[in-house]
Order: sequence, then C-alpha cells, then structure tokens
Amino acid sequence: MAAEGNSMLRPRDAADVAEIVRAHPRALEPMGGGSKRSIGRPVDADPLDLAALSGITEYEPAELVLTARAATPIPAIREALAANGQRLAFEPPDFAALLHGDGVPTLGGVLSANVSGSRRVSAGAARDHFLGCRAVAGSGEEFRAGGKVVKNVTGYDLPKLLAGSWGTLAVLTEVTVRVAPAPETETTLVIEADDAANAVEMLTAALASSHDVSAAAYDPARGCLLRLEGFGPSVAARAAGVLEALRPPGVERLDAVASSALWSDLGSAAALAERPFVWRIGVPPSDAPRVLDAIAPRQFLLDWGGGLIWAALDELDVGRVRGALPTGHATLWKAPVAERSAAAVFQPQPAGVAAIAARVRAALDPAGKLNPGRMA
Amino acid sequence: MICLPAADPGIVARREEIVAALRELIGPGNVVAEPLRLAAYETDALTAYRQRPLAVALPETTAAVAAIVRYAHRAGVNVVPRGAGTSLSGGAIPAPDAIVVAMGKFNRILDIDYANRCVVAQCGVTNLAISHAVAERGFYYAPDPSSQIACTIGGNVAENSGGVHCLKYGLTTHNVLGVEMVLPDGEIVRLGGRYLDSGHYDLLGLTVGSEGLIGIVTEVTVRILKRPETARALLIGFGSVEDAGACVAHVIGDGIIPAGMEMMDRPAIEAAEAFVHAGYPLDVEALLIVELDGPAAEVDMLIDRVRAIAESHDSASCRASTSEQERLAFWAGRKAAFPAVGRISPDYYCMDGTIPRRELPRVLAAINDMSRRYALRVANVFHAGDGNLHPLILYDANSPGELDKAEEFGNEILKLCVDVGGVLTGEHGVGLEKRDLMTYQFGERDLDVQHRIKLAFDPALRFNPGKVYPTLSRCAELGREHVHRGAERFPDLPRF
Ligand SMILES: Cc1cc2nc3c(=O)[nH]c(=O)nc-3n(C[C@H](O)[C@H](O)[C@H](O)COP(=O)(O)OP(=O)(O)OC[C@H]3O[C@@H](n4cnc5c(N)ncnc54)[C@H](O)[C@@H]3O)c2cc1C
Repeated sequence: MAAEGNSMLRPRDAADVAEIVRAHPRALEPMGGGSKRSIGRPVDADPLDLAALSGITEYEPAELVLTARAATPIPAIREALAANGQRLAFEPPDFAALLHGDGVPTLGGVLSANVSGSRRVSAGAARDHFLGCRAVAGSGEEFRAGGKVVKNVTGYDLPKLLAGSWGTLAVLTEVTVRVAPAPETETTLVIEADDAANAVEMLTAALASSHDVSAAAYDPARGCLLRLEGFGPSVAARAAGVLEALRPPGVERLDAVASSALWSDLGSAAALAERPFVWRIGVPPSDAPRVLDAIAPRQFLLDWGGGLIWAALDELDVGRVRGALPTGHATLWKAPVAERSAAAVFQPQPAGVAAIAARVRAALDPAGKLNPGRMA
Repeated sequence: MICLPAADPGIVARREEIVAALRELIGPGNVVAEPLRLAAYETDALTAYRQRPLAVALPETTAAVAAIVRYAHRAGVNVVPRGAGTSLSGGAIPAPDAIVVAMGKFNRILDIDYANRCVVAQCGVTNLAISHAVAERGFYYAPDPSSQIACTIGGNVAENSGGVHCLKYGLTTHNVLGVEMVLPDGEIVRLGGRYLDSGHYDLLGLTVGSEGLIGIVTEVTVRILKRPETARALLIGFGSVEDAGACVAHVIGDGIIPAGMEMMDRPAIEAAEAFVHAGYPLDVEALLIVELDGPAAEVDMLIDRVRAIAESHDSASCRASTSEQERLAFWAGRKAAFPAVGRISPDYYCMDGTIPRRELPRVLAAINDMSRRYALRVANVFHAGDGNLHPLILYDANSPGELDKAEEFGNEILKLCVDVGGVLTGEHGVGLEKRDLMTYQFGERDLDVQHRIKLAFDPALRFNPGKVYPTLSRCAELGREHVHRGAERFPDLPRF
C-alpha cells in the first residue's frame, strides 16, 4: 500500500491509485506535475501525487504511437520523440510563466486539461491525439479505454470524454498518444496589421489558402504571425505563396530557431504573465474582433486564426466577458484564489447539456470523489 | 451466426396503435407502415441479416424528431436511427419492435461559412454533397469514405467514418466542430459550434462514433479545407508483402505523411485489374499506392524520395503519375476493389480490423493459413498508413454452411488483430456484427464503464438496442435470412 497521510498520497502504480480512490475517506485532487493546479475552482481535497507513475512504456517511431505512464513529464516525452525526429503535433503549452507556477507539465495532465498550442488550428487538439488509456474511475475501478493504434472506432471514444475533464471523471494512469514527424524546418512571417479586424482578415485568408499555414496568430505588439513548417523547398514555396496572396506592406521573416521560440511563448500566452486576470476564450474567428471590442481587455492575444482569444483584464468582470460572446466559451484561466473560488471558472452550460454532463460525471464518479467542484 | 435481440411481443401487438400515434405526430405522409415499403428498411450493407421494423418515421424537422423520441420514451418503444443504410456492421439493422427514425429528409445544407471555414448541414446530407457545395471556391470536406456518394454526414458522425485520406486529414471526429442532437428523452441539445474545443466535457467527442446509441444527430457542423495545390500518386509493386510493409514503415520513418497509402495483395490486385484494367502489374505479391499532396515543389520532391525508398526495398515496379488522369487511373483499381471481388465470388464479407503496422507480414501469413483451413479465398486491401486492414472473405451463401464458415473465419481474423495489439474495427463500427467480440477486446470492467456512459444518456436502453454492447437480453435466432446477390426470397411474406 502506498504511503498514506492526510497531506501526501503517493501511489506507486495503478493498483495503488485504485486502492486509494476506493479507500481514502476524503476527496482527492489527482496531480501530475502540478503545473495547472491554479486553473479552475480551488478544491477541498487531498492531493493525489502521481509523480511515481512516470516513464515511457512503449514507443515505436514507425507506428506513430507512444505509450507512457500518466505523469511522465512533457520534457522527457519531447526528448524521446526528438531523438527520433518526431514530436507531439498539438504542441502542449507550458503555462509556468503565465501562472507563475513551478510544476512541470505531464502528459496525463496535458490530456486531462486538453490544452493545445498554436498548431491546434491545423493539427488538432490534445484530444485528437489521445488514442487510449488505462485509468481509475472515481468509483475506484481500473479500466482501459481506446486502443494503441491510430485508427480505432471500437466502442465509445472515452479518451475524448476524459480529455478536458480535469481529473473529475477518472485518474489517468497510462496514456497512448499519436505522434507525428517533426518538420525539417520552419519559418514565421511577421506581418503588420492595423487592428484585430484587419489581422483576422489576414489570418483567415492565410488559413483558407492551400499553403498549409500551420499556425496563425496576432500579437498587437508584433503583428500577424503565420507559421509554415515542412520540407525546406516546400516551406520556401509556401511562404512565397502566402506573401503573394496577402501582399502585405511590410514583412519580417523569422528563421527556424526564432520561429520555434516565438510559438512556444505565444501558445502559452507568456506575454500576459504580469496580468492578474486572464481569460481563454473560444469563438468563431469572425466574431473575434467584435468580442474584443465588447470586452475591451487591457491586453490580448489572438491565436488559432482568431478562434482563440487570450484576454487580460485588471479585474474579474465575468459579466463583461461572458456577455460579449454570442457563442463559444470563456474560461477564467488565471485569477487570484479568492476570485476563482467565487466565479464560474468554466463556461456555464445550457441546462440540457449540464444535466447530461452531471449524469456522465455520476456514471464514473458517483460519490464525487475526484476534484469536486473544480469545473464549476 | 449473430443473434438478434428477441422482439417484445407486447410492443409488436401494439403496432397499429403506435403507427397511428406516429401518423398523428408527424403526418401520415411521413410514416411508413406497409409491408412492401418497409422492406426497403430491413437491412443495411450487412445484408446477411434482415428484420422488418415495426414502422419507419421520416421526420422533417428537429421538433418532429424530438416528438417521435418523446413519444417512444413514453410508450416504451425502441428507436433505431438510420441514415443512408450503408453501415457495413449492421448498425442500422432494425428490429421488429422498434421504430426506425430515417433521417433522409434532413437533406439541406444550412450554411456555408467561408469566413470560419465550416459548413452547417442537416444530418441526411451526403458526405460528397458537402464537398460539392464548396468546390466552387476550391474547398472540400476531407474524410472520404468510399461510400461517400450515398452515406450521410449523420451516419459518418455515428460511425466516426474514415477514408483513404484520413492518414493525413483525420477521421470524422477530427473534422466535426458541432452537432445538434435529440437525446433519448427528447431533449434537444447543441454540442460544439463554429469554434474549437469545448468549455466543458467533450460530449461532442463522445457522440462521434457512438453508433446511434445515445441520440439522433440532426445537424452537423464540419470543418472544410482548401484543396491542395497538386496531388500525385506512385504505383509501386513488390515481390513480397514484407518488402511492401518495410517500405511503408520507412516512408513514415522518414517524416513523410502521405495523403494516402494503400496496399493490395495479389488476389486483390488480380480482381481489380480484371475488373477495371487500371494497368496494375500482375507479377507482384503486393501493390502500394502512395499519394502525395501539397504545393507542387513539395510533391515533386517527395515523389522522388518515396521512389528512392521503394527501390531500397527492392520494389519490382514503380510508376509516378504525371497527369491527373493517370493519378485517377492508379486509384481506379483500388476504389473498385470491393465490386471487383464481387465479380469473382458470389458473395464476400468485408472485415475491418486495425493492427500495428509492424505485424502486417505475420497477420497476412496467418490469414492465408486460415484461408486454407476454411477453404475460402481471401483478398486483402489495406489502409497501410494507419494499419487498417480490410480482408475480403469470398464465399457462396448458396453453398450450405459457407456463410457460417465465412463468419467464423472473419471472427478469427479480428481476434488475431486484437492479439497482436490492434482493435476490432478501424472505421466500420461494431454494430451488430462485432458486438459479441467486444468481450475479446475489452474486459468486463472496461465494458461496464462504457455501459454506465450509455445509461447516463439512455437509462431505458431504448436507442439501437442489441448493437455494439453484448447484453444478457433474450435472444432470437430468427432474423437471418440470406439474400443472394440482392434477390429477396418470398418478398410478400410478412415478417412479424
Ligand atoms: C461500398 C461501401 C463502402 C464503404 N466504405 C467506407 C469507407 O471507406 N470508410 C468508412 O469508414 N466506412 C465505409 N463504409 C461504411 C458506411 O458507409 C459508413 O459507416 C457510413 O458512415 C454510414 O452512413 P449511413 O448514412 O449509411 O448510416 P447508416 O448505415 O444508416 O447508419 C449507420 C449507423 O449510424 C447510426 N445513425 C445514422 N444516422 C444517424 C443520425 N443522424 N444520428 C444518430 N445515429 C445515426 C445508425 O443507427 C447506425 O448505427 C462503406 C460502406 C459501403 C456499403
């Protein structure tokens, strides 16, 4: 049996996790590296420290599939993949700078939060690369879901459901993800834009072209940012194609190193690190300019071609943010603990959907043992 | 032999009352109850099994779907959602005590939104119609099941369908942004929309691939893409399946993700060539079609790279398409593989397991052994890039016992797929066909968790009962009545 004590529960393996979930008298807060602990409503629960469930268990580059224990740190995954010319295409962001945190993101944590970087717009989200898992339901049973091959429609797609469930349905103990070849090279075109509306027009034109723009963002401090990745001659040809289509007045071109650094900061909204309140907002790209006008944030970034708004405010102002959205969702990504305890951190759902979500939660975690209230 | 759940005689006895209620709800013109017209809904593309439904409802609006579902909920009647009925796993096969809700009248594209690169379509719109609707601006909807001229986008969502291009562009689930759905209690919900990801649980992701078990999808929002600038294909012959498999691994290991990478074995090549005369080499054991798309500069470069890789694996022949016409000719044989096999055998049974690609030589060798043991021929077509295998088992249903033998053969193949680390189905779904094999892939607790999810949506188990998950319910051995080459025996006999 794992070391027990009110403050520290440190299972050594999946069986320990199941035992603790079944036997522990209090609610539990599953935790990988703890890098996203400050997102969501604070929970009154004992931390379930999964750090010992670490290490890659299966990886065959030619199969494009990797299996690892859930708390394997992202840097370790990156390193193993890079040694084989591969990567996680959804670009798991590290929010350490934004959240002033010190935890290292883990693969299980990234999947549980379904967080993806700027390449989400072309390569899909974390959930799209999540093929299968072993997990312990809130009810204490160990179970498997999905598979270890890239194409699988056998039974419900439970990995999708677990992705983005923030540890409120089950504790992931081992996960299988799809991996992708890393590109030979990349470049980023930095293009001046007048304002958000003008920027969204350009991002849309770029993404609607056949030039395979892999990321498209707008940072008012720099301009429109368009990323092209792939084989050298292809990147050169596509960059030329984008410029010909947009005919921008001024353009700067970043080399591979600068480009890669830029997107790692952008995808984790590092530029907003000094702001106390940061919202992460999903909208139809064409709504972004209007939504920004209505919110009037102190500072913002647009990613995913305009479909993701990072909005920084000086005070909480839930009504102003959610009231600005005709459709979509707004999550309070960063806020002091007092405000996070009081506000609806996640987008409230329509009654019918909320009812189904509550029944799904009850199906896996009937006693509300895992992260109770976190997704309120 | 797949057992179909026994019909509830109490419900069947109430047929007239139920039909009358449906007519009242959605208008007499939208209810099918005459035996002859019901015959059209007896089966899907798993034609070995057929049952006549209690009645077929053809709603025209989401409100009508909700009304039918609420009524069925109250009256305790089962519901089988249906799109175009092209399911290969029996997912849309009806039951004598169930109302089929056929979504064919939901056939309008509601919005084409180029600014947000998406299309909103009613669920009965065909897969290909979406691409056609946006072709004028050079866009398309990427997932391309071979049945795309017939199958509906709602059926694609229910089955999480794939196609030859899903290696690079993903399955349905990666290309759907939102749905409107009627839940088993009649509640209408919207999941997702013209934006990415969800602010809460990913119920949309759960819905895709749920095979009509948790609701009726009425409207779908899909992502569209700009057509790549060019596409070219290579047609590569190999003296052995091992060489072809090694070539596939090498291409991917080299960082190349082709738009499509398809393999055919000798019997499949021969059948296809005899049928469409695509110019396939007949002196090889395996044929690869590798398609590359993107900017011309990239495609030309990669064609050369893949050709060099193929040569390093002792390819026996290699041709690169130099025109669109030639590219389509390379595909013609592959796309006609199923009907081509249909020409050389009275019947065939299509399997759909996925395996880790490294296991391909071993699995194909084992399938050939089984073929000898069962004395049934087999032809293999294979989505080689993602390990999705389609063995076609050739049999003659008029020969007593052959269908049973073919099914046993198929089950043995699927079990082998699971044994080597793969899964029962890569794109066709579990349906009725693979239901009883679920316990081979999943443990009791795994299935229990999935069943609890089902109960969260459908506590009375009214939606598509008897599909996907083995149940302990009573079981009727009736129902199977093989139709040989589409000719129905005793069409006038009522089957209730
Ligand atoms: C010749 C041929 C080739 C094929 N090729 C491919 C291929 O390349 N790739 C591939 O993936 N599949 C392929 N298929 C299988 C089939 O076409 C797909 O599964 C397709 O998505 C089914 O769509 P449908 O509209 O015919 O659905 P149906 O067969 O009517 O129904 C399929 C399932 O979906 C449910 N359903 C249908 N509509 C709805 C709805 N609106 N809401 C909720 N549930 C619903 C049904 O209950 C059933 O369980 C092929 C089939 C044939 C006959």
